[in-house]
Amino acid sequence: MIDLFSRYGRVLVTAMGQTLLLALYGLSFACVIGLIVGIMSVVKNKACRGFALVFVNLIRGVPMIVLAYFIFFGVPFLFNNVLHVGTRVTLTALQAGSICLALNCGAYMAEIIRAGIQSVDVGQMEAARSVGLPYWRAMQRVVLPQAIRTMIPSIINQFIITLKDTSILSVIGFPELVNTAKNVVAETFLSFQTWGIVAIMYLIVILLLQWLAKVLERRLKYESK
Amino acid sequence: MKKLIAALLTILMLAGAAAAFAEDYSFGTDTAFRPFEYTDETGTLVGIDVEILAAIAEDQGFTYTIEPLGWDASIAACQAGQKDALIAGASITEKRKAEGWIFSDGYYNANQSMAVAVGSDITGFDGLKGQSVAVKTGTESKSYADSLAETYGFTVMTFESSPDIYQAVISGQCVACFDDTPIMADYIKSNGVPLQLVPGTESEGADYGMAIFDPAKTEIIEKFNAGLANIKENGKYDEILAKYLGN
Repeated sequence: MIDLFSRYGRVLVTAMGQTLLLALYGLSFACVIGLIVGIMSVVKNKACRGFALVFVNLIRGVPMIVLAYFIFFGVPFLFNNVLHVGTRVTLTALQAGSICLALNCGAYMAEIIRAGIQSVDVGQMEAARSVGLPYWRAMQRVVLPQAIRTMIPSIINQFIITLKDTSILSVIGFPELVNTAKNVVAETFLSFQTWGIVAIMYLIVILLLQWLAKVLERRLKYESK
Repeated sequence: MKKLIAALLTILMLAGAAAAFAEDYSFGTDTAFRPFEYTDETGTLVGIDVEILAAIAEDQGFTYTIEPLGWDASIAACQAGQKDALIAGASITEKRKAEGWIFSDGYYNANQSMAVAVGSDITGFDGLKGQSVAVKTGTESKSYADSLAETYGFTVMTFESSPDIYQAVISGQCVACFDDTPIMADYIKSNGVPLQLVPGTESEGADYGMAIFDPAKTEIIEKFNAGLANIKENGKYDEILAKYLGN
């Protein structure tokens, strides 16, 4: 195992970098999507709630591997071979992968955020409104700060799931850790050693992320006292 | 009466289970590697590899099972001892031999080449600068593309199957793909895949061989080689090739 790592360590660590880059892009956009759609699903406006419901159900109802194939192969095919738009439309594997992660994780984040907001007693909103705060102000200053604290563990959980889901994007040729490891196995045929190293690498990164999350959680608790 | 039927059914099931374990050898192969192995409209596994193996088994009088596990999974299954041998259009190379592959005699000479979308203006490796090309993980075509990547300044993207790399080119995500010439020729011929081979991009080529990974199983190789020589002699071999490749 150590022997293999000394030979392919650099390749695998670079690939881990690509995995993290992909996760970072995906998660950033997912947070934005999740917040927007999450809030849309609790506001009074029926059109907003309807859109949020359709979005969440659509994305949750499609396996991510299908979404990945659809975005990477299907969408450019639609533009280049069906609609015949003038210039060649392409999405790099990083772009397609980020969109895929953002949509997938965004839908789950929206549900976490909706549940978080709804877990705050309605009395809080009513009280804030009765002292004269406008709806958005009350949401921003009273409801969301309380909601976020209950959301944090679920959000961290979702981050970890999404980080691991990047491995699915090996199927669209993105040189992340799993795809790279497949190539290492194809060259060396040392399955046990390669997948062992890959498992340990994921584990280390995820343990670090968990530790970071714990620190963050403690901070938020401290500030609220 | 009911008891009798139940007893008969039990015996049948046991016999069936016993028969499943009674085959002499088990082979792993790729899922979709036309025209060497693929599933036809009726759901049957067919192809040059499948028929050559069937002809050799008949000639040598052994029984076998063949399962389309996929390329990587077939190799892993053979290494782990779950399958005895691999017949999946595997090129015989010195590198693989050094890594522990044990090959039969070659049963088909194949080379690799580049294909582009129909109507593409790329006529050789020179047109690949700054572009991405698609290859299949762990294949000779990947090694071939890798060996050219630096000189011609293109990026190599790896996918899991031949249909995946053709999709990448057809949808415009990659400008070209590298795969075994007969495989691409067959896809273009029988499926009307909108790709065209680029003349002058062929690699030196190598023979395809059946492979095992366990030196204790060389008996399979001996029987395969003997059977191959026989079917080449009696014309069965040419018949199979003509059926799948024409001319």
